[in-house]
Amino acid sequence: MPNTAISVSDLSKKYDDRLAVSHINFEVPLGTVCGFVGPNGSGKTTTMRMLLGLITPTTGQGHILGEPIEHPEKYLSRVGAMIEGPAFYPALSGYENLMVLAKLGGFPLERVQQLLDKVGLGDRGKSKFKTYSLGMKQRLGIAAALLPEPKLLMLDEPTNGLDPEGIQEVRALLRDLANEGTTVFVSSHLLSELEIISDYIVMLRKGEIVFAGPIGELMAQQQPTIIAKSLNHSDLKRIVEIAELAGHHAVIRNDSVHVLAEMDWAPVLNKAAFDAGITLAQLAPQLPNLEETFFEMTGEK
Amino acid sequence: MFNVVKAELRKLRRPTLFFGTMGAALFFTGLITSFIYLMIDSPQGNGDRGRSIGREVLGLASGSVNGFASVGNFLGIIALCVFAAQTAQEYTYGTLRNLLIRQPGRMKILIGKLISMMLFAIAMIAIAAIVSIAISYILAPGAEVSTDLWFTSAGFEAIFTTFINVTISVVAFGIVGMVLGLLLRSPISAISFGVLWLLIVENLLIAVKNSLQNWLPGAQLSAIASGGAVDLTYKHALTVGGLYVAVGAIVASVLFVRRDVAN
Repeated sequence: MPNTAISVSDLSKKYDDRLAVSHINFEVPLGTVCGFVGPNGSGKTTTMRMLLGLITPTTGQGHILGEPIEHPEKYLSRVGAMIEGPAFYPALSGYENLMVLAKLGGFPLERVQQLLDKVGLGDRGKSKFKTYSLGMKQRLGIAAALLPEPKLLMLDEPTNGLDPEGIQEVRALLRDLANEGTTVFVSSHLLSELEIISDYIVMLRKGEIVFAGPIGELMAQQQPTIIAKSLNHSDLKRIVEIAELAGHHAVIRNDSVHVLAEMDWAPVLNKAAFDAGITLAQLAPQLPNLEETFFEMTGEK
Repeated sequence: MFNVVKAELRKLRRPTLFFGTMGAALFFTGLITSFIYLMIDSPQGNGDRGRSIGREVLGLASGSVNGFASVGNFLGIIALCVFAAQTAQEYTYGTLRNLLIRQPGRMKILIGKLISMMLFAIAMIAIAAIVSIAISYILAPGAEVSTDLWFTSAGFEAIFTTFINVTISVVAFGIVGMVLGLLLRSPISAISFGVLWLLIVENLLIAVKNSLQNWLPGAQLSAIASGGAVDLTYKHALTVGGLYVAVGAIVASVLFVRRDVAN
């Protein structure tokens, strides 16, 4: 039994002259929630498609639950997936759509109603898919992905179109699944959500891996920031000078100065500012969150 | 494979598709069969392209299925539309990726789809046969057509043979639709191309050069339904039509199996 749910090595996909995914390597341990992040067009969906056997890699190897991706028939019965949004037959009801997939996969048909109830569509199962809101379509997509009682769940932007309550429900659902031993590989543009639920992060930029590993390791690599605010906006430039004089990088963002420095330098800055006749309105050390880290590492924004 | 057939039948049995298709089949069956009997004395003819089908022909053992054989071409076009739409919509709805995630054996998906649609087509053909023979039987006395030989052993043999011929023809039309659906990946494009070719382009080409009817695909498949046509033997139609269908099916299958599913 392998201890990785996903492992890829030197995986690439080239469309004509464009390299959509470039020689990526990463592993996702079993039983973890792994956030898959990257800007639009960074190659996330292409990678997921390769892992699901929908497109053929140009180079490289991959293994899902210990089986090579060249033979998706060996592992897809244990994998649930929703990629590039929920896709169903508009003229069929949610219930009928799931029945089609349950019959196709040979799954117990009684799971259909159970899953509709689980994702909050129990009372709308008989309505046609075309009458669903975006959030309901998304829920149906998650239900479809859960049909095989997956060991590995791959979801592409599962919270798209969900309201805050729905997002919270999906977050709880994914965490519960991980606690039950399901590995969850999830891409989302809501990085704050991924930060809460993920154990692992795989970060892509322009088809290349920027980071792959435990989220704790990623955050530990990030330099903390001290945020300083002055009563007078005109003092901000002077605070930047003080920080730079001490060898720290500092920038003005909105109404505050962001200084890249360890937490214990905050009292030093406070004293230096006081000595310079500046009264600080706020002085707060802050660790960068996943979103800031993402923007810094991918060079976006 | 059995799972694919069951899943596909679930889609095919939805009321709008099932009753819509059967309704269209019954409409053409009723119209064409009635036309043969009601216009039996018309100088413009009562058959395909102004042909006259006389009382002596309709009174033969094979007379009961004359109408049914004539409607085979229309049933074929209906099958082409259904097969093309059911195949191409997987691309336009993006549902193909769901199917392939649940059943990665692409040939199994394709063959399962074909079997389920064939069952659907056979149901349509059976209903059309029953209705056509019933209408013929009802209208025959008024048109002074004898039905004495219709339900003899030779008559039943003719019914069986015609049913098989129409089934081969309709399924072949359906496979052409499926091939177009796989190649064009859009129901509207596949149906438009198929119907325009069969109803307009082929007829224009044959009108310009009559010998082309021996080589054009639609003409071969129509001739199979009728058990052969004037200047076009059943065997020739079966061979040439079979070749068209086989080549198309092989090309489309290879593309389907190898092509990336990127939408």
